[in-house]
Amino acid sequence: MTATDPPRTQAPSLFTRARRRLTWVDSFLWVIRVGAVLLIAWGLIGSIQRFTAGLGPTGSQWRDLLVAAIAFGAMYGLIAIGYSMVYGVLGFINFAHGEVFMSGAFIGYFAATALSNGGLWQSNPIIAMLLTLLVSMATSTFMAVLVERVAYRRLRSSPRLIPLITSIGVSFFLQYSFLGLFGATVRTYPTLPPFMTGNIDILGVPVQRSQLLVIVVAAVAMSGLWQFVTRTKTGRAMRAVAEDKEIAALMGINVDRTIVTTFAVGGAMAGIAGMLYGQLYGVSFFMGFLPGIKAFTAAVLGGIGVIPGAMAGGVLLGLFEGVGPLLILGGLGIASPSQLRDAVAFSALVLVLIFRPSGLFGEAVGAEDRA
Amino acid sequence: MSIQEFVDTATDGTPAPEGEIPVLEFRAVDTFYGAVHILKNVDLRIQPGEMVCLLGGNASGKTTTLKTILGMVEPAAGEVRIDGEVANGWTTADRVARGVSMVPENRRLFKRMNVLENLRIGAYLRNDDEIDADLDHIFEMFPRVKERLNQKAGTLSGGEQQMVAVGRALMARPKVLLMDEPSMGLAPVLVQQNFEIIAQIHEAGTAVFVVEQNANMALSIADRGYVLQTGQIVLADDADKLLANPQMREAYLGEMPD
Repeated sequence: MTATDPPRTQAPSLFTRARRRLTWVDSFLWVIRVGAVLLIAWGLIGSIQRFTAGLGPTGSQWRDLLVAAIAFGAMYGLIAIGYSMVYGVLGFINFAHGEVFMSGAFIGYFAATALSNGGLWQSNPIIAMLLTLLVSMATSTFMAVLVERVAYRRLRSSPRLIPLITSIGVSFFLQYSFLGLFGATVRTYPTLPPFMTGNIDILGVPVQRSQLLVIVVAAVAMSGLWQFVTRTKTGRAMRAVAEDKEIAALMGINVDRTIVTTFAVGGAMAGIAGMLYGQLYGVSFFMGFLPGIKAFTAAVLGGIGVIPGAMAGGVLLGLFEGVGPLLILGGLGIASPSQLRDAVAFSALVLVLIFRPSGLFGEAVGAEDRA
Repeated sequence: MSIQEFVDTATDGTPAPEGEIPVLEFRAVDTFYGAVHILKNVDLRIQPGEMVCLLGGNASGKTTTLKTILGMVEPAAGEVRIDGEVANGWTTADRVARGVSMVPENRRLFKRMNVLENLRIGAYLRNDDEIDADLDHIFEMFPRVKERLNQKAGTLSGGEQQMVAVGRALMARPKVLLMDEPSMGLAPVLVQQNFEIIAQIHEAGTAVFVVEQNANMALSIADRGYVLQTGQIVLADDADKLLANPQMREAYLGEMPD
């Protein structure tokens, strides 16, 4: 009824119809599937043999790798939520979301530095870090809402390709604005207070505290988001708008405001990820690119538009790229496999989509649901 | 009787009590899509507690009438009044808050939400503490809905979905409930059941405005009916008189002229 509804493509049903006719595509896909399973199995067996022979990483190295991978994945998950929610509501990929993440991390860095110079970072580190987190969240939230207002709102009724291309433009605009304003140097957050460094024993397993911090904060943020989306009126409104804007409006929901809320919530999650990522790896104008693309991958992996899918997809992608190279490629006898982590991450995406085209948690968003 | 006379005497045959304000009223409404003139000088009125149906074939302007009531289309001329107040320019939310809610064609539940969430979202604009009481009321009316509360709405049968769709609309506590094509795409037994539900809501005192192609079924339970043809009201009368009207029988009730 309203002109704001973006046209949904009927692609899925077309594909299934095409596949039924072109059976050679089917068999080709099966060859890839079987090949992938064999390759992975071969790599795994190789790794196990090497491990029992005392070659390759030791048990404690594997464990550290695993924890680091989960921490990385938790950050991907936080960013992925923004991609997924915006896709759910507006049906396009907001490629500027990586820069929303970057801006939060960047301004968070300035806040942390100021707090460090003022002495609060040292004297009262928990409060200082919380303040930094708030600044980072606020920046990313503001940035996400600003981008929606300036760049996307007027494109609400245009074909989905147009906001998509716009988002790539916005992404470059933000990157190079930050480059122009703050230069290309990588800046590092003030060093963590002593009680945040080193290892801590969790059920007898030593875990790096900084990584544990990432995992705990991400878990709290995600469960908070889940409560918000499922338990509150605003959360229900967001899901309603994602499913059917017209009927949501009929319930008296303000669709425009709900879309802004969706951007804001996605931005806040990216801001949390930005602060966590920044204090571990430093900030630069370009830092949003790869995590952004990876988080987008994670969102697709988990089933785009589905919030738990984004969270799980993030952790899973972290595991694939953190543990996968050594576990599979190492087992195949490839030298320095960790260099290939990005290649592994994106291969994981391709493989998951070959086995489950709608992503792990995604329903087949076919014509029936979306039309 | 001319249409204007009919409208002027409010409810024709069943005159409204003096001074009673219609819950919904169109006064000489004209609507355009671009240059296309859809509704032409349409007058409608629905009194509190009344059941009125709007009949018409494809492209007669039925859907546009509903969109105009809900503010998704603004009339180019004329007034839309809700509960006596001129509603032109109000948002859909304003209108829902003022007591208009709709059961859309094909139900259109939020399929990925469970039944309880669907019902609660119907009360989105309400902040009073009687929401739970109203939920109980709906469970009384549709005991089967209560058994399915935690089920995703998309997994319900067609009849159950219809109950939830009606329940969702009732959760807004409407003064007038709009029903868009309640018989569309349903098996005959469900159509029957559906009209029973509508009659039940009417008996409970809510005004109902049914927009239908199935003239027989709609007129059999309505108090009055309007017939819309290419954007104009061509007939307006009591439901039983419309059912007996030879012109009507020929054009809409599928009977051959004698």
